Amino acid sequence: MATSDQTIGRPDTRGNGINLVLWAILILFVLTAPAYIYTVFAMQLLCFALFACAFNLLLGFTGLLSFGHAAFFGAGAYLAGHAIKIWGLPPLAGILFGTAVAAVLGYVIGWLAIRRQGIYFAMITLALAQIIYFLGLQLPFTGGENGLQGIPRGHLFGFLDLNSPLVMYYFVAAVFLVGFFIIYRTIHSPFGQVLKSIRENEPRALSLGYNVNRFKLIAFIISAALSGLAGATKSVVFQFASLTDLHWQTSGEVILMTLLGGLGTIFGPVVGAVTVVSLQHELSSLGSWVQVVIGLIFIVCVLVFRRGVIGELARLLKTSSM
Amino acid sequence: MRLILAQGMLGLNNGVFYAMLSLGLAVIFGMLNVVNFAHGALYMLGAFVALILSSYLGPWIGLDALHIGFWPALIITPIVVGCFGMLIERTMLRWLYKFDPIYGLLLTFGIALVLQGLFSNYFNSAGTPYPAQPESLRGVIHLGFMVFPKYRLFAILFSIVVCFLTWYVIERTRLGATLRAGVENPELVQAFGINVPRMITLTFGFGTGLAGLAGVLAAPIYSVSPLMGADIIIIVFAVVVIGGMGSILGAITAGLALGLIEGITKVFYAPAANTVIFFLMVVVLLIRPAGLFGRQN
Repeated sequence: MATSDQTIGRPDTRGNGINLVLWAILILFVLTAPAYIYTVFAMQLLCFALFACAFNLLLGFTGLLSFGHAAFFGAGAYLAGHAIKIWGLPPLAGILFGTAVAAVLGYVIGWLAIRRQGIYFAMITLALAQIIYFLGLQLPFTGGENGLQGIPRGHLFGFLDLNSPLVMYYFVAAVFLVGFFIIYRTIHSPFGQVLKSIRENEPRALSLGYNVNRFKLIAFIISAALSGLAGATKSVVFQFASLTDLHWQTSGEVILMTLLGGLGTIFGPVVGAVTVVSLQHELSSLGSWVQVVIGLIFIVCVLVFRRGVIGELARLLKTSSM
Repeated sequence: MRLILAQGMLGLNNGVFYAMLSLGLAVIFGMLNVVNFAHGALYMLGAFVALILSSYLGPWIGLDALHIGFWPALIITPIVVGCFGMLIERTMLRWLYKFDPIYGLLLTFGIALVLQGLFSNYFNSAGTPYPAQPESLRGVIHLGFMVFPKYRLFAILFSIVVCFLTWYVIERTRLGATLRAGVENPELVQAFGINVPRMITLTFGFGTGLAGLAGVLAAPIYSVSPLMGADIIIIVFAVVVIGGMGSILGAITAGLALGLIEGITKVFYAPAANTVIFFLMVVVLLIRPAGLFGRQN
C-alpha cells in the first residue's frame, strides 16, 4: 500500500545498519522499561505493541485490512483466562491454549473473509468479529457485562511467582520479543516476500503461480494467533478479560496504532502502540474526550501522515526496510 | 401465529432503518467508492439534530418558547446532516480518492469516533427521549392481529416510500443515468459539460442526508443516544454484504428482509436475534460471495 514507491530501487545497504540500531533501541527499552515506567503500564504497552505488530503483518505486509482483530485478541484473553481460572492450567499452558484457539478462529474467519477483497474483506471481518462479541456477551463462562474476573497469575514453570511484578514483567517481555521475532522472521522469509508481492500486485502474484488465497490464509492465521497471544498475556497481566477486548473499537484502535507508527514497517507498530496507549493513559481523566482525540489523530494520520512515524523516518533516511 | 406476525411487524420496523442506512451506503459507495464508516454516526447526528431542534435550540439562543416539532425537523434534519456530509466530502474525503479505498474507510472511522465522543460529552449515553412526537401520530392502530403504534406504522410506510423513490430516481430517470455514467466513466461525463466533482459532492450529501432522515424517524421510537449509531452500523455492514454492495435494490430488499427475520427469530430463540444477521451473512458468503443482488466479478 503506502510503501509501494519505496520498495522499488537500488538494493538497500543502509537499511541493515539502521535496523540493527532500532533492534538495539527496542531490546534496551524492553529490558530497562521497569526502571522508569510503572511496571503494569509497561506490560500493557508490550501487549498492545505485540497486538499491533501482529495486525501489521496482515495490513502492512499482505495488504489485507481486517477490521475484526479484536475478536482474536479478546478470544485469546477469555480462553486463556478460563483455562487458568477454571481448569487450573499453569499460566504458560493457559496462554498457549488461548493462542491456539485464536489461531483456529483465525482459520475460520480468514477462510470466510478471503473470498472477498479490499473493503468487502474489512466489512466481513468486522461482522464476523461481531458474532464473537455477542458470544462473549452471552456464553455462560464469560461473565457477560462484567467480563471474566479474578484470573490467578500463578507460577511460571511451577516455581517463578508471577505475582511479583518484575517476574511478570520479564515474562511478558519474553513473550513480546518472541512474538516480535516470529513476525520479523516471517517478513524476511521467502514466504514474507510472497506476501509482499500479493500486497503490491495480487493478479501478478497469481499469474506467477502462487496460490494467493493459501498465502493470505496462512498470514491471517499467524496474525490471529499472535493477536491471541497478546490478548492471552494481557488477561494474565491484568487478571481479567472484558468485553472491551472484543469490541470493534479495539479493532479500530489497533488499526490506528499501526497507521500512526507506519504501515508495512517493522518497528512502526511498536511506536504506534506506545503512543496510542500512553495517550489513552494520559487523557483517561477526560472521559469521552479521549475518543475525540483518538478520532482526530485518525483523521490527521489518514489525510497528511499516511506513512506514519517510522515510515516518514525511513523516507528521510532513504531506506525501505525499518 | 399472532406472535410471529407481531414480532414480524416490529422487525420490519427495524428493517426500514437497516434499508435506509444501507441504501445511503450503497449510493455513496456507488459514486465515491468509499465505505462510509461514519454513516452510523450521521444517523445518530440526525436523531440529535431532531432532539436539539425540539428541546435545546430555544434555550441556547434565548428563545425559551422555541420548540421545532417533528414535521419541520423531518425536513430540516436531512438538510443539516447532508450539508455536514458535503462539508466532509469537500474538505477531507476528496483528497483520498487517488489512494486505496481503505483510507476512505479509515478516515470516516475517525470521523465517527469524533462525533460519537463529542455527543457522549454533552449528552447522557443512557439516552434521552425525544419529546416532540406529533399529536396526529400518537396512539395505536388495530391491525387485526395486533395493536400497533401509529407512529411506527408511519415510519415503516414513509421509509418504504423514500427507498422506492431513491431507487426510481437512480435506476429509472435521466438524472440517475447520468450518475451511473459518472461512476463508469467520469472523464466522458465531464466532457458532456457535467461537473462531476460537484455531482459527487451532492451524491455524498444525499447519502448522508438519508442517514440523517433515518435518524429523525428513529428518534421517537428508540431513545436518542450517542451510541445508537455505533450499534447499528455493524448490522448495516452485514446487511450490505448480504444484499451486495453497490446494489440499490439489494440494499433495500436485504434491509427489510433481515429486519423481518431478526424479529421472527426473537419468537423462536431470543438470544440468537442479535447474531442471526451475521450468521446469514456467513451463509450468503458461502453460496454467493458477491451478495444476493451483487454482480459477480
